[in-house]
Amino acid sequence: MPDLLSVRDLRIGATIFPPGEDPQDIDIVHGISFDLQKGKVLGLIGESGAGKSTIGLAALAYGRGGVRITGGEVLLDGKDILSMNKKGIRSIRGARVCYVAQSAAASFNPAHKLGDQVIESSIEHGLMTREEARKRADYLFEILGLPDPHNFGDRYPHQVSGGQLQRAMTAMALCSNPELIVFDEPTTALDVTTQIDVLAAIKNAIEKTGTAALYITHDLAVVAQISDDIMVLRNGDTVEYGPVKQIIENPRQDYTKALVNVRQTKLAEARDQSDALLKVENISAAYGNGVQVLHDVSLHVPRGQTLAVVGESGSGKSTLARVITGLLPPFKGKVTFVDEELSAEQKKRSRDHLRRIQLIYQMADTAMNPRQTVGQIIGRPLQFYFGMRGAARKAKVIELLDEIEMGETFYDRYPAELSGGQKQRVAIARALAAKPELILCDEPTSALDPLVAEGILDLLMRLQKERQVSYLFITHDIAIVRAIADSVAVMLQGKLVDFGPRSEVLNPPFDDYTDLLLKSVPEMKLGWLENVLATRKMESAGH
Amino acid sequence: MANPLAGVYAARHRLKESHPLTVLIVERLGLSLLLLWAVSVLIFAGIEALPGDFAQTYLGQSATPQSIANIRADLGLDRPITTRYFEWLGGVVQGDFGNSWASGAPVTEQITKRLGNSLFLAFFAAAISVPLAVGLGMVAVHYRNRIPDRVINILSLAAISLPEFFIGYLLIVFFAVQLGVATFPSTVYDGMPWSERMAAIALPTATLVMVVLAHMMRMTRAAIISVMSSAYMETAELKGLGAFKAIVKHAAPNAIAPIVNVVALNLAYLVVGVVVVEVVFVYPGMGQYMVDAVTVRDMPVVQACGLIFAAVYILLNMVADLVAIIANPRLRHPR
Repeated sequence: MPDLLSVRDLRIGATIFPPGEDPQDIDIVHGISFDLQKGKVLGLIGESGAGKSTIGLAALAYGRGGVRITGGEVLLDGKDILSMNKKGIRSIRGARVCYVAQSAAASFNPAHKLGDQVIESSIEHGLMTREEARKRADYLFEILGLPDPHNFGDRYPHQVSGGQLQRAMTAMALCSNPELIVFDEPTTALDVTTQIDVLAAIKNAIEKTGTAALYITHDLAVVAQISDDIMVLRNGDTVEYGPVKQIIENPRQDYTKALVNVRQTKLAEARDQSDALLKVENISAAYGNGVQVLHDVSLHVPRGQTLAVVGESGSGKSTLARVITGLLPPFKGKVTFVDEELSAEQKKRSRDHLRRIQLIYQMADTAMNPRQTVGQIIGRPLQFYFGMRGAARKAKVIELLDEIEMGETFYDRYPAELSGGQKQRVAIARALAAKPELILCDEPTSALDPLVAEGILDLLMRLQKERQVSYLFITHDIAIVRAIADSVAVMLQGKLVDFGPRSEVLNPPFDDYTDLLLKSVPEMKLGWLENVLATRKMESAGH
Repeated sequence: MANPLAGVYAARHRLKESHPLTVLIVERLGLSLLLLWAVSVLIFAGIEALPGDFAQTYLGQSATPQSIANIRADLGLDRPITTRYFEWLGGVVQGDFGNSWASGAPVTEQITKRLGNSLFLAFFAAAISVPLAVGLGMVAVHYRNRIPDRVINILSLAAISLPEFFIGYLLIVFFAVQLGVATFPSTVYDGMPWSERMAAIALPTATLVMVVLAHMMRMTRAAIISVMSSAYMETAELKGLGAFKAIVKHAAPNAIAPIVNVVALNLAYLVVGVVVVEVVFVYPGMGQYMVDAVTVRDMPVVQACGLIFAAVYILLNMVADLVAIIANPRLRHPR
């Protein structure tokens, strides 16, 4: 069978503009080759900077921003699309090759109805009449499991949810009956219970329409559910390329092995949880517009242990952290820290109370002053809480830098010179500098690549062992909860639906929502998606 | 303890959810009226606080304490300020701005003609500057960061950096005095032939255009650039749409709101900011009328002019806000 898409020695470069330096030309992708047959799915996997999105867009002869294709061939049905003129490329885009972006919310034009945008390329390329295209869109909305498929197209992008938008974008890509679709992290921005639906819808649609696909993601467990072949990429090079079964069950390269084995549990056994460091009792809170976001939440964080607060976007888990820090005074309930009631407002808390509870944020970038060096950033709490100055302060900062496995060489660096993982380590050091007893971690690893996140989690666990510090760890990632939590609080729409030791919450009998959440997390094995869907079907048939 | 206002907030929130557009428009209208009323108080109080006195200025050397008191009594100035304010306000809401102290004629009548002249000037300035600014903005985007873009930017910045009276005098020196191709002064009168009228307003119009052009041009450029770099423009390109089609269909609907907004603000400036330009060119519009009235302390005229300027400014600002609100699909089509 001839290959639909054949990429030969693809090289991609870009011009970057480092601040204060001359523009530089860099290579992003160094000679990648792969083949894709009709109706098959190839998964491209790698961490950020691996070049996977860039390769995906090259299948549409497109370079985002300053990116350009510098060499090689992209053969579609044997014809090199890179050597085509503008008109030739335009006749392929949207007709024979389509693209599904990570953020459907940004990729739909807010000014037009979804239906009009979905059928636009089919009409534009003269493939269908408006009526035919509308019919096909209705059909696609239906097989993608969108609600009220015949009227769905009349809605505007802001009127539907994120998961629905992502499916609508898939419909937009499928509408013109393309031979190839490039999926660029289509489920990454979604909640886990939504992700599984979208994933199932995409898989179903690919099977029904017989289109081929490049599926780009950083999540090996996701791509394992949907691909025939997998190519593992790192820094623009192929690490490993083979059938999905071989990659998942028998990875040859160390890097692939690390990806497959990510997030194994880091905790030995259950610990005694009676000694509460922080107690949250009957907290209800609302924002200024009168919308209540927390309903009667009670939980506690045991001393020297980790409480994971897990929930989807909008569940109120970050709001809970705002209440604990005093940034959002609740209208009911109280927060007790080591048997002392904390003032509801942050301004009224003593400096000692402020010191003993520290925060780490999801975006380390935005939580640091870009004009301060690492030394200044970590030194600031030392001066503020302990009055340390000069050589003593510097010595302490270097000690902290050693503790986060970075070392003295980073003392004079600026945040912009650090990688994402290093920035988060500096944020941890800054929190540690205050000698806190409790650190609130608000999704500290969700913006990081899996292996980098793994390193951060290892660091946090080691620090807990050495310093007996407690964590309130906010996350949407069940795998992290499994790996590090002593106790677990599950939140849904501002309410606490489940709270207890990890062994109780994550083992049967389950709370309904906890069960749904657990079953939605992709597992690193073949056929997981089919099994979950089959179970669901049986359950709904049984009811 | 629950917030006692929570119920009120929640009710407003619900109404906003079901009819966001109506709520917003009514809110804006109400706020504009409130603002206009506040301005009327400020104008009245400000004029009251001004040093100088009409009677004193009017009588000049022949002023005696008795004659001053007589005139003040004639004008009703001996009554309390609140009484006079509400009397004036009562007239204003019925369209009656009182009589000019200097001429005794009704202010409304005189102002109507003057306002017509000012609007005439502003209309031509707008008719030239708006299309020019939007066009230049598009050209600047097309040649982004290249020479045409830089030239347009520098020239328009230079124009906005010079005070309008300076630009006005420069134009007079060049075109009226040295080259002799333009008319100065720009006095217009009833029954003036059309061609002469146009010639008379050429220089003041050019001055106004130069003053408002830069702001609109730069906002147009920024709005288009921000829209062009959005993800949905990439989607359009990856659908295989041509550049022109993508701009017309996908960029334009999203760029219109910010552009209309800045255009409306500049139109307000064209009407309100003409004071200086009219004086420079001796053009018989509202601006000059107001300046003349201030010199003789003819307070009813000053109050009327001030209030009308404020009303125009508030009205156009409100229109700008409303257009931006209406152009937002989130508000037109609530969930």
